[in-house]
This record gives sequence, C-alpha cells and structure tokens, in this order.
Amino acid sequence: MRDAFRRYTIELRLGVVLVVICALLSVAAPQFATLPNATSLLNNSAVNLIWAVGLLVVLIAGGIDISFAVASSVVQYLAAKLLIGIGGGNWLLGFLFCGSLGILLGLLNAWLIHGFRIISIVVTIATFNAFFGLLMFFSGGRNIYNLPDWWTARIFIFEHENAQGVWSELTLPVAVMIGCIVATWVLIKRTNIGRQLYAFGDNPEGARRAGVNIAVMQGVAFGWMGLMAGIAGLMQVNLVKEVVPNALYGRELDVLAAVVLGGARLGGGKGTILGCILGVMFVAVTQNGLNLLGVSPFAFQMIIGAAILVAISTSNIDLSQFFRNKEASS
Amino acid sequence: MTTAEADRYALRLHKVSKAFGGVQALNRVDFEVRAGEVHCLAGENGCGKSTLIKTVIGVHQPEEAELIELFGEKVDRINPVKARELGVSVIWQDLALFPHMTVAENIAFDDLVGLRPRSVRYREMVRRAGDVLDRLGVDISLGASLSDLAIAQRQVVAIARALMNNARLIFMDEPTASLTQTETDRLLDIVRKLSADGVAIVFVSHRLAEVLEIAERVTVVRDGNLVGVYPTEGMTQGRLGELMTGHLIEDEVVARDLPDAPTVFQATGLTRRGEFSDISFRIKAGEVLGLTGLIGAGRTELAHVMMGMRQPDAGQMALNGASYRPANIREAIRGGMAYVSEDRLSLGLLQKQSIEDNTVISVLRKLTTAAGLISDTQKSRLVSHWIRELGVKIGAASDAISTLSGGNQQKVVLAKWLATEPRLLILDSPTVGVDVGARAGIFRIVRSLAEKGLAILLISDEVTEIMHQSDRILHMAGGRIVEEYDPRAISVPQLEEKIYA
Repeated sequence: MRDAFRRYTIELRLGVVLVVICALLSVAAPQFATLPNATSLLNNSAVNLIWAVGLLVVLIAGGIDISFAVASSVVQYLAAKLLIGIGGGNWLLGFLFCGSLGILLGLLNAWLIHGFRIISIVVTIATFNAFFGLLMFFSGGRNIYNLPDWWTARIFIFEHENAQGVWSELTLPVAVMIGCIVATWVLIKRTNIGRQLYAFGDNPEGARRAGVNIAVMQGVAFGWMGLMAGIAGLMQVNLVKEVVPNALYGRELDVLAAVVLGGARLGGGKGTILGCILGVMFVAVTQNGLNLLGVSPFAFQMIIGAAILVAISTSNIDLSQFFRNKEASS
Repeated sequence: MTTAEADRYALRLHKVSKAFGGVQALNRVDFEVRAGEVHCLAGENGCGKSTLIKTVIGVHQPEEAELIELFGEKVDRINPVKARELGVSVIWQDLALFPHMTVAENIAFDDLVGLRPRSVRYREMVRRAGDVLDRLGVDISLGASLSDLAIAQRQVVAIARALMNNARLIFMDEPTASLTQTETDRLLDIVRKLSADGVAIVFVSHRLAEVLEIAERVTVVRDGNLVGVYPTEGMTQGRLGELMTGHLIEDEVVARDLPDAPTVFQATGLTRRGEFSDISFRIKAGEVLGLTGLIGAGRTELAHVMMGMRQPDAGQMALNGASYRPANIREAIRGGMAYVSEDRLSLGLLQKQSIEDNTVISVLRKLTTAAGLISDTQKSRLVSHWIRELGVKIGAASDAISTLSGGNQQKVVLAKWLATEPRLLILDSPTVGVDVGARAGIFRIVRSLAEKGLAILLISDEVTEIMHQSDRILHMAGGRIVEEYDPRAISVPQLEEKIYA
C-alpha cells in the first residue's frame, strides 16, 4: 500500500490540488459547477488530451516532441485536400487518412532521431519549423471552409436540457478522446511493448543490453504520437468546422507543460495516464475558472508557469520521507 | 563438490583470440569454469577481462577460437539473447536495471523483451519474482521502486533477474565495489548458496581478499594473455597481485615517527550531532594518518566538516597553528586544504570535459592574465607539470576525462587538488574501483608527497591499505575515535578483528 502511495505521489498531490481548485471555483464562480460548463470544458479539452496521451508515450520513451501540434495542422490540410479531391469521403476514410499521415510524420521524426543519432528536441524543433514553413508556403495561409458535411457535423454522445432550457452536450471528440486514452493506457501499461518503452526511457543502455529493439521503440513512440496528432487534427476540424493552417501553432507548449505537470519525467521512464489527464484538466480548469472570474488571460499564462515551477520543485521533496520519520520516531 | 560434478564444465574456451584495431585484447586464452564453481577472473584494468566476458556472451565475435563450449555443448556463433537462453547471465557493474520500475518488473523484465505484442500479467510476474527472492532468502518489497533501494539490494535484484532467466553461469563484474563490509558478506553468502545449487559464478573483483575468500579457483589474465589458473587455497594477496601485475607489489608497513615535524592540523572536541562527537586528533607535516572504521562510522562526515562543507556543532579546529573554521569549501581550499572525494566519478570530475580543464578547475584564479582571462600558456605548463609528476597515462591533455581508466582518472583528481598547493590532503577511499597496479601507483605518489612534507589524511575501510600506507591509524566507530594504533605494533588480522568485531 505504501509502495503504491509512493509511486503515485504526484498524481495524488495533483488530484488533491484539482479537487481544492474545483471546490474554490464552485464557491467563487456560480457558473463553474454546472453541467453545461463541465461538458463544454470536456469538449474543449478533447484535442489537448489526445495530444497529451501521445506525448506521454514519447516522454516515457525518453524523448520529447515539439512538432506534434503543427503536424496536426499539416495532416488536417492534406486530409482536407485529399478528401475534397476524392469527392468527400467519410469518417472511415478520414480516420484512415489522418491516422496514417500522422504516423508517417511521427516515423519521420523517429527516423531522424534514430538514424542520425540526433536528440529528439533538436529534431522536432527542426521538423516543427519545416512542417509549419511548408504548410504556410503551400497553403498560402488560406483557410479551407468548404469541407465535407460529415466532417463538420456535430455528433452528440450525450445531450441534456435543464429547466432553463440550456443544453449540455458532449460531442464526438470526447468519445474519440476516451478511446485514445484507453488505447494508450493498454499500450503502455498492459503490453510488453509499453513496458519496453518505459525501460528504454529509464535506462537506454540497460534496455539495449537486455535485447530491446531500440529502433522499433523509437518508431512506436513517435508513431503513436503521430497517430494521436493525426486523430487530434481530425477532431479539431470537427470542433471548429474549418481548416486554419496556423490555428494550432503554439499549442504544443501548453500540452507539454500539462503533461510534465502530470508527473511525466523529462528524460524518460516515468509517467502515467492518470497524471497526464490530471495535468491537462488542471490547466483547463484553471483557465476556465479564471475566465469565469473575469481575470486577464495573461494572468493565466503566469499562473500555469508558476504551477509548473511549484510542481517540479516540490516533486523533489519526498513526502514518504516524512512518513518514514514518523514511523521511526513512534 | 563430487568428482562427477567436478568433471562437468559450465564453460570451456580454448585458444580464443580477439583484436581491436592493432591491440590484441585476447591472445589464445583458455578459460574454463566448472559447473557450480565460484571462479575468479583476475587481472588489471584493460587486461582483457571484459573482452573475455563479452566474447562468451557474443557481444564480440572472436577472430579465432579452437573451442567455445557452454554446458557441454559446442557453440558456433552466439549472441547475447542466445547466451541468455542457454543460461549465461552477466551482471555488469552498472547493473543495467531500470530505476523507475518496480522490483518485480526489474526481476522479470527479460520476459517482456521482444516485438511480438502480448499482454503483461502483473500478478504472475510478482509471484515469480517473489519465488526467486525467496530462493535467495532475501526480503525486498516487490512493489517498491528500484530507485528507493540501496545499492546492495539492487545488486540482489540483478542476481534475481539472472536467476529468473534460469542462469546456470553468472558473471559478476565488480559486484562489491560500492558495498560495505556487512553487505559484502551478505552478498558472498548468496553467492555460496547459488554455488551449492549448482550455479557457476565467475567473480570479477579488485578486492583480492574477497576473491581469495569466495573463489575456489582463480584465472589470472595479463595484457590479453593467460597467466595461469590457480587454486585459491594457499594463495596470498601478495602473490596474486604479483601474478596480475607481473611485478612485486610492496606490501609492507612503512610507518615512520616524525618527532620534529610541526603540526599542520588539529581538531579538538569536534562534534556534529547525529554524525560524530568529541573528535580530537592532530596531523603533522609529512605524516600519513590513516582513518578507518566501518562505513557509517562518521569518517566522510568528518572530512566534510574539515573542508567547510558542513558546520560542526561544537569543538575547534586549527590549521598551521591558527584557528580554522571554514564557512565553505572555497575558504578551506584557500586555507590549504584539499579533498579527493570518495565518489570521484560523479563528484570529483567533470566527465565530459578535457583532462586539462579538469586539472586546472580549482586554480583558475592563479592562471588569469592581467586582463582577467585564462592564460593558455600557463594552463598547459601547469597541466603538463602534474601529468609528468604523477605519471598519468594520457593521449592528449585535451581528451575527455571519460577516456581514461579508473586509476588514471584518480590521478587527475589528485593533480587537480595538488595544483592548489595544499598543506593537508584528505584522501577518501582513494582506491575504490582502482585495480591493484594503479593502486600501487597511487600510493607511490602519496608516499612521495608525504616525503615532501604534505600532511595526508587517508580514509579507507580496506584494512591492508590502511596498514601499509599509514604512519598512524585512527579507528573510528559510532562517530567516535575509539583507538589509535601504531601499524608496526599490530597485524592485519588483529586490526580486522578490532574493526569488524
């Protein structure tokens, strides 16, 4: 039991903080603890969470990815051109196109990292710039509006009308997000491939000596990130109903911050789905709460920055040490 | 061991050769390990031990091999995975474990390796890992993170992992390098237990006393050549050291009296709560004062206080007759103190920087020109002086420190501190992980420094080392100095008994 407590210290702490913030916000902002607010919070977090679980896999394997948000934009744009070109397509083709394009971009990162032994941050900063530059060059920065109907149609997985006639609804991206979370959890927690990813991130040389195929591990990590980026791109279009080439630019750092906040270790070998979800929700709830309270959006940036500093510096303070001392003295 | 067992071999290598570039790492070497035997592979750093191990498990393919036989079967081409399947495991010095994974997962990790996706069965994993730990008779929480374990326990986890692979031949590379005496004894017990179970163990260690205690036979390799295979019965440390290095290792008491030498450092009633109390001693110029005792006796903590890295709660120190109370390590260095730390690899050196930069790091101020910039001429003059003085074997002074062997790295640490021109040098366990030849070299330097009037405080838990290097010996236990010995009036076994009793 104490082992479990020690292993999930960060998740536990973040969970408590999140509950406290939610409690405070329910008192301070009456609109916060309402069903319509909760559902819109989830709808708006779906894309971030899909990215986050993909990025989690990369971080666990000891890498980092800066290019995923821009990769989503590239996938969106190419998929829109392709689907329009073949006369519309459908959801199946949409997932197929976006998923495989995303995987291709991810594998490109993996190949550069493994093939040329360049560290992942350098490679993905380069591909981040290359992807974005190419996209802006070929799209001319123009938005695409005339998308196939199936893509922009709202699909509800939950609907509820309250006494005042206000609707609360959850849309398709939330369902897809849940699917991505479950799939990623199965991958990293329940399969031997996932455990090898952890091992590779934790001690690359040890993993290599144990016979773990390093090239494949890089491919799996960045390929999975790419798949998630592809799906996130597809879902983001469903939410906003247009393709805007530079819409996702800059979102990567928010997601990275949230995942690190959730306890994923930069450097590899550590990170959980639960922490990842809590990290993203912490950021989303804070932003939403400050918004409801009418606080400036710049204050939000500041608060997230402070939260990361606090989280990283306090994670070095070992709570279990405190308990051990208490045991020893009793 | 019965005669039938003695005839069976876990491993037989005949006339195995391996070269890297122009260097003959192994030259027609024979190596045989009997089933269930504890065998020691001895030799200096770079003599070919690691190459030999890597050839057995197929990391290296030999250029020439008359015979490679594992468990009675001839092996043509082998790779690490195949070797593991056959029952050969190597526990490297760095253990190659995964710090953020649980103990159970570390032990059972090799079951997870492979690209065919399959689900992880945690319950079965924990059960099997628990069985192996039971077999070893140790109690380690299976759900704990490996990073929460002490080194000794991690060592046991590595052994358990080897057993999980049904290992019948285990190579252990310097398993005791960072263990205390008690932990070492416990590890040796486990090794004996495994041997009784029929698992052959090849032990690679620089601690010759340990080798002679645990192994039945010892194979000595020097410069890629087989020197011979000897039973450990009747073998002495001195003789083994001689076989390894090819020349006589002087192991004699060299203690001197220094009646006229002035006192360099004096501590009176030095106390730091929870670490040590009422420590009083003095060191004279040119004296080598040995400080021994079990790990945890407070020796390193005392050194830290002397260097100003921690502050004492009570007591006085005097340096060169003047009151001395350094607030930090910079003040201590300025006062003429130098400290070669126990953990030189992580604390004493900047591994990725060059040899010269490491040498001059503590004296940068002395090398500056009028403009406040580092003078390259002065720097290289200083560096080449110390490299020559200490006999460091290097390619170029601009090479990274990590390219040097352990013994040579230790010399660079020494050079770095000697460049500060200290009056008192504290050497904390200077020969951990350093082989017998390099060790002799380091102590030759220590001797000549003492002859030149440098006061030296030598901290070590290796009794032979303390006996043969010190002029006087202080014995520390439970944070106090319990006794002082004259090395000429006591024998190694007597001192051992005092310390470990």
